[in-house]
Amino acid sequence: MEKRPGSFYVLASFFGLFMLFLYGPTLTIGLLSFQGPHGGLTFPMQGMSFNWFRELFEQQAVGDIWGAFRRSLLLGFMVMIATVVVSVSAGLAFRKRFKGSGILFYVTITSLVIPSILVSLGVGLIFNQIGFKVHWATSGFGSQLTWTLPFGLLIMFAVFNRFDKSFEEAARDQGASPRQVIQHVVVPIIAPSLIGVALFGFTLSYDEFARSLLTSGSYNTLPLEIFGMTTNVTTPVIYALGTFTTLFSLIIIGVFLMTVWIMGKRRQRAGSDAGKAT
Amino acid sequence: MRATSNIIAYLQAAPLMAVLATFLIAPIFMIVIVSFWGATEFSIYPAFQFDNYAFLFGSPVTYKVFFATFKYAFITWVFTLTIGFTVAYFLAFHVRTQTMQTALFLLCTIPFLTSNIIRMISWIPFLGRNGIANQALISWGIIDEPLEWLLYSDFSVILAFVHLYTLFMVVPIFNTMMRIDRSFIEAAYDNGASGLQTLWHVIIPLTKPGIMIGTIFVVTLVMGDFITVRFMSGSQKANVGRLISNDISLLQYPSAAATAVVLLVTVLLVIGILLRFVNIRKEL
Repeated sequence: MEKRPGSFYVLASFFGLFMLFLYGPTLTIGLLSFQGPHGGLTFPMQGMSFNWFRELFEQQAVGDIWGAFRRSLLLGFMVMIATVVVSVSAGLAFRKRFKGSGILFYVTITSLVIPSILVSLGVGLIFNQIGFKVHWATSGFGSQLTWTLPFGLLIMFAVFNRFDKSFEEAARDQGASPRQVIQHVVVPIIAPSLIGVALFGFTLSYDEFARSLLTSGSYNTLPLEIFGMTTNVTTPVIYALGTFTTLFSLIIIGVFLMTVWIMGKRRQRAGSDAGKAT
Repeated sequence: MRATSNIIAYLQAAPLMAVLATFLIAPIFMIVIVSFWGATEFSIYPAFQFDNYAFLFGSPVTYKVFFATFKYAFITWVFTLTIGFTVAYFLAFHVRTQTMQTALFLLCTIPFLTSNIIRMISWIPFLGRNGIANQALISWGIIDEPLEWLLYSDFSVILAFVHLYTLFMVVPIFNTMMRIDRSFIEAAYDNGASGLQTLWHVIIPLTKPGIMIGTIFVVTLVMGDFITVRFMSGSQKANVGRLISNDISLLQYPSAAATAVVLLVTVLLVIGILLRFVNIRKEL
C-alpha cells in the first residue's frame, strides 16, 4: 500500500474532532443523568446514582411522559408504514414522465424546504375553521408526512436511478404481468432501500417537533412533552429522559441496520448463480 | 398503451398528491387567506384587509428580525460548508476501504436520527455559567470570570445550528464526491498539479452540485427555524420563525399568517436562486 500523505493525518484529526463535537454533548448528558440525588445540571458529579432514572420511571409530577412515549411510538409506526407505501408508489410513478410530474416533484421539494411552522400553522387553521379537533393521529400524522415523504421519495429516486431495468424486461419477456413484475422482481430488489425509507419515516416522526406543535391537540407527543419539560424542570431528570430516548433511537437504528446487514448476507449466500460460468 | 401507462403513473402518484394537497398546498392557501383577516383579542374574523401586512412592513422590528434571520443563515452556512466539505473530502478521498467508509459515514448520520431537542439540551452542561467550557478555561488560567456569552447568545444559537445541520452538507457533498471519476484527479496530478491546485480546479468544481443541495438544506432549515433560536438564546434573540410563533401564542393568527407568507416568499426566492445552479433530480 502507498504511504499515506501528511494531509491524511491532518484530516483524520479534523474528523476526530468533528466526531467529538457531534457526540460529546450527548455523552456528557448521558454521564450527567447518573448524577447523585443532590447533584445539579452541571458538573461536578455529586456521586453516582440511578436516582433520576427512578424518578423518570415512577409516575412523576412532570407530566405524562409514558403516555407521550406511547403516542410517539404509535405515530412513528403509522408514519413509517405510510411513508414506505406512498414513497414506493410515487417512486414507481416517477420512473416514467407523466403530465404534471415536474410540478409534483417541485411541490415535494417545497414540502421539504418549507419552514415547518408554516405547515403547523396552516393545518391548525384549516382544522379549526372547518370545526375538526386537531389530533396527533389525524392532523399530526398528515403534517409529519409532509416532512417524511420528501425524504422517502428522494431515496426512491436514488434507488431507481441505479435500478437495472433488464431484470424487469426479463420477467416481462417470460410472461409476468405488470403486477407480478413489481411484486416478484422490483420490490425484492429494492427491499434493503425500503428499510432505509422505513427508518427515516419512523425516526423523523419520532423526533418531529415543529410540525406537530399546533397539530397534535391536547395529547402531546414525546418531543412536545420534552420541550414542555425544558421550561419547568430544573433537575437532571431531563437528562435521564434525554438519555433514555436517545438510547431508544439508537436501538431502533441498530435494529434496522442489522436487518439490512442480515438481508445482504442472506442474499450473498442464497444469491443467484446467473452469469457465473461453471 | 400510452394512455394506460399514464393512468397507472397517476394512480401510483395519487397518494403522494393527496397528502401534499391536503397537508401542504391547502395549508399554504389557508395561510394566505387568513393573512388578510382581522383579529380581536380572542378570535379571528374573515375580512379582506391589508392591515397585517401594513403593520408588518411598517414596523422596524420586522427588518431587524429578517436581518437576524439572514445573519444566522449566512454564518451557519459558512461553518457547515467548511466543516462538511472537509469531512466529506476526508471520507471520500482518504478513507481507503469501503467498509471503513460506510462505518464512518454512518457515524456522521446517526445523530440526525436522534432528537434535535435533546441535542440542544445537551449543550447546557457544556456552555452554562458553571459548565465544562468555563471551568476548563478558568482552570487553565485563560479567564478569571466565567464567560456569560457562551450560553443564551448568538454564539450558542449558531453553535447549535452548526451542530444540528452540518450533516446536511456532509451527505450530499460526499455523495457527489464519490461519483467523481478518479481518473480526472490522476490526470491533474500527472500534469503536475499540486494537491491544492487539484482541490481547487478539479474537485471543488465537480462537487458544486452537492454543495448546492447542502446549501439549500442548511439555508432553509435555519431560515425556517424558531425552536433552536428560542431555546439556545433563552428567548433573548429573535428570528422570523419566533415572530410567527409569538403571534401564534398570542392567538394573533392573521398577523402570524402574514409574517409566514413573507417568510415563505423569501425562502422560495432564495431557493429559486440556488436552484439555478443545480439540477437536483440528476444528482440523486
